[in-house]
Amino acid sequence: MLIKFLVNTLLIALLSFVGGLFLPNWVIAPIAFMVILLIPLRPLPAFLSGFLALFLLWGGLALAASVPNKGILATKIASLLPLNGSPYALILVTAMIGALMGGGGALTASFLKK
Amino acid sequence: MRVVPFLLSLLLTTGLVISLNVRWGGLKKTPLFGAFLSPQEGFWQNAEPVGESFNGKIALPGLEGRGTVYFDEYLIPHVFAASETDACYIQGYLHARFRLWQMEFQTFAAAGRLSEFLGPGADNAYVKYDRSMRRLGMVEAAKAALGAIEKDTMVLKDCDAYTAGVNAYIRQLGKGSLPLEYKLLDYRPEPWNNLKTALFIKYMAYELAGADNDFGMTNAKSVFSKEDLAKLYPLVPDSLDPIIPKGTKFMPPASVPRTPATADSLYFNNTATVTDEELQPERSNGSNNWAISGSKTLSGRPILCNDPHLSTNMPSIWYQMQIHTPAYNVCGVSFPGAPFVIIGFNDSCAWGITNSERDVRDYYSIKFKDESRQEYWFNGRWQPVSAQRVDTIKILGSAPLYDTVVSTVFGPVMFDPTFTGYSDIASTRSYAVSWKPADPSDELLTFHYLQSARNYTDYKHAIRTFKTPGQNFAFADKAGTIAIWQQGQFPAKWKDQGRFVMPGEDSSYLWQDTIPTDRNPYMMLDSGEGRGFVSSANQRPADTTYPYYLGGTFLTYRGLIINRKLSEMTSVSTADMIRMQTDNFNVFAQMAQPVLLQHLNASGLNDDERAFLNIYKLWKFRNDPDEEGPTIFYLWWNHLEHDIFDDEFSRSSLRLQRPEETTLLEALIRDTSWSFIDNVNTKDVKETLSQVVTEAFRQTIPELAQAGQEGRLPWAKFKDTWTRHLLRLPALSRTHLAIGGGTNCINAAKQFHGPSWRMIVELTDKTEAYGIYPGGQSGNPGSPYYDTFVDRWVEGKYLPVWIMGAEDKSDKRVKWVLNFAASSSNE
Repeated sequence: MLIKFLVNTLLIALLSFVGGLFLPNWVIAPIAFMVILLIPLRPLPAFLSGFLALFLLWGGLALAASVPNKGILATKIASLLPLNGSPYALILVTAMIGALMGGGGALTASFLKK
Repeated sequence: MRVVPFLLSLLLTTGLVISLNVRWGGLKKTPLFGAFLSPQEGFWQNAEPVGESFNGKIALPGLEGRGTVYFDEYLIPHVFAASETDACYIQGYLHARFRLWQMEFQTFAAAGRLSEFLGPGADNAYVKYDRSMRRLGMVEAAKAALGAIEKDTMVLKDCDAYTAGVNAYIRQLGKGSLPLEYKLLDYRPEPWNNLKTALFIKYMAYELAGADNDFGMTNAKSVFSKEDLAKLYPLVPDSLDPIIPKGTKFMPPASVPRTPATADSLYFNNTATVTDEELQPERSNGSNNWAISGSKTLSGRPILCNDPHLSTNMPSIWYQMQIHTPAYNVCGVSFPGAPFVIIGFNDSCAWGITNSERDVRDYYSIKFKDESRQEYWFNGRWQPVSAQRVDTIKILGSAPLYDTVVSTVFGPVMFDPTFTGYSDIASTRSYAVSWKPADPSDELLTFHYLQSARNYTDYKHAIRTFKTPGQNFAFADKAGTIAIWQQGQFPAKWKDQGRFVMPGEDSSYLWQDTIPTDRNPYMMLDSGEGRGFVSSANQRPADTTYPYYLGGTFLTYRGLIINRKLSEMTSVSTADMIRMQTDNFNVFAQMAQPVLLQHLNASGLNDDERAFLNIYKLWKFRNDPDEEGPTIFYLWWNHLEHDIFDDEFSRSSLRLQRPEETTLLEALIRDTSWSFIDNVNTKDVKETLSQVVTEAFRQTIPELAQAGQEGRLPWAKFKDTWTRHLLRLPALSRTHLAIGGGTNCINAAKQFHGPSWRMIVELTDKTEAYGIYPGGQSGNPGSPYYDTFVDRWVEGKYLPVWIMGAEDKSDKRVKWVLNFAASSSNE
């Protein structure tokens, strides 16, 4: 069960990364959906799997962009958006947006399969 | 399958995806959050790693030879190209690589296309802007300029190469590598073309030659008597120190323009008024330049200085570079959007420009036969319009607006019942506009020639064809010659022609001849001759002995202090020039103080008022960042101006031209009982200057107290200078900069406007030059090079301009190398 969860999570993250290179941002929702269709999980684990995969992927990529940039741009964008100029709040928001799309896609597939 | 949870989950997820990929908000739209925040396509991709390498190899189809760009630690490129055409090709690529969004934004503004991606704006502001630019004929003017460029194979080849360079960069852009602003506003760049370059040139022409006071003056003429008009709007200030020194002999005019026979009845005594409101460029667009002969410098060689005053935008209007070809070696600043170096120097000479401030935009009142506006009354008959076009103004989120614009013999109809500009007042009147930059011209040719100019003859040849916007070209060369020409194609006007709206009913009001180039005001000094310097700071170029009428709005005080300083200086060094160019002395404040202090009645002042008065009295007229004197003076003069003029000016609901501050100060110095001092609203009382000066001082106290509470008494805090992003977003701007100076100071740093490039060039055998601009070489807000120079600019510090030689390829100042080679593919 745990293994299946981890495989799912990794697969969603990996496919989302590859898809994101060529396709629009929202491709992560259908990718999470497909992965759960192929390797079904119960609703809660499915949601968590999609959520976690994209939280880590988007959060990690954002962090990896921001750290070498020393937060120059993230500070500006976090002032432009109502985030008080905090780069970490912006990384968190980025991660959460990806996570909700991923989790939503996964959850939908899980209900369909059940 | 669990149907309800499935549908619910599907609905929520789809809803989330959709809501993250649409733009929210009415007039101020949000970005597409999904795309914008996505680390793989959104703004995170613009987070340039600190210390990123700019090394690389670029293949450009059609490049004639190999080219190499050496970047120094400030990301200033030193371009070594095989030919001028290759240099333009590489310049186009570099401009696009570092400044693409701003170049396109400015050409969209020039073409009246802001609404297309910004939406209509609050109160339709962008639509009004777009219609104003289109009706003025910006696109037609750019097309006419392009026509002139296409007749000139040299410049055309350079423009073609520049365009190819920009497009080579645009072509390889992916969704992730788009500049940040495209992602914020959700649009994509168009391919570049020569018309866009021409549009950029016309955008500068609009900024520098788009101002006029015709409507405000026409309304003033309807309200004030002839005597009052002369008092309020004198043509020549007492304190004028013109560009061409008083006493200079001018050649007689080539021709004398004929004043129309009907001028008195139809023009000067016409009391018709105007309610339409024009789009006007930033009024303080101006500049300083001067050149000093070797006879006055420590090195014995000339020094040239220039600081053009423009909006201190981010990304900056300027991009610094060096361009080296077998034919020339030029350093200075370029305009992203156009080829060549605009202000700079080569191995033989240096040049700098300031605005002429001449009036080349005049209005004519047009009487149409009927509402179809197909015929207008001209020379005693109904004349059909010369052209009609329908402009389609695309508006983001709304239906397009179709604007029908007709043209007359004078020019396009700017205002008519369907367009009143920025005014909300309906009007039945129509006005055509004559605007000099609408004529075909090839200004780029000047900069093409200046790159390789060696001496005064070359410089004169280079600027000869420059038509608009009229500029004061200062020049110095290594042979020791210094010179200044007010160059442009100016209409030869009869006295007061185009000061007010003119009758559009007959041909006698048309612009007649143009002033021949050799009659333009100029001054040339060989080493050791004359006063040893030339200068300009947007003042009137000559006194009344100049044989042509000089219309325009000129600025007097910077020229006064520059000439005063230069006259007194000897053994000048570049360090002296750095001090002078960043000087915060306010000569207007110095001249105004006697009027204020002699007439202030200090006897009734309370302790608070006395405290502020003491600060003002101790102030030495320096607008330094921490001084409180400039704040007190600014508010005091402002209230005085309002107290003296508001009573007369508020009698009319029309917008009337306000008198210049020079006019008020000089009137008060000349005549302490000047008629406007009396408040016309107090019938039985005749106010004295002392009463008005004292009352104005009292009015400043609550504002000063408030500023004191907010910590805004120090001048820099009060003035609050920014380098502001073109979209006016504070997060992408540098705000609250601790810089002094301001209006009337040589260091003309105002709130959003100021010295946009400071340059000092000493023409010793090995040229020594310094420069700084308020910005950075990268236009990307996510780059560490976005604001590299801002703090130095604020502190009045400069960077030496490195004139890299071919032998310096392994110099430690070279940080990165970008190689360009022709690619085998044909486009």
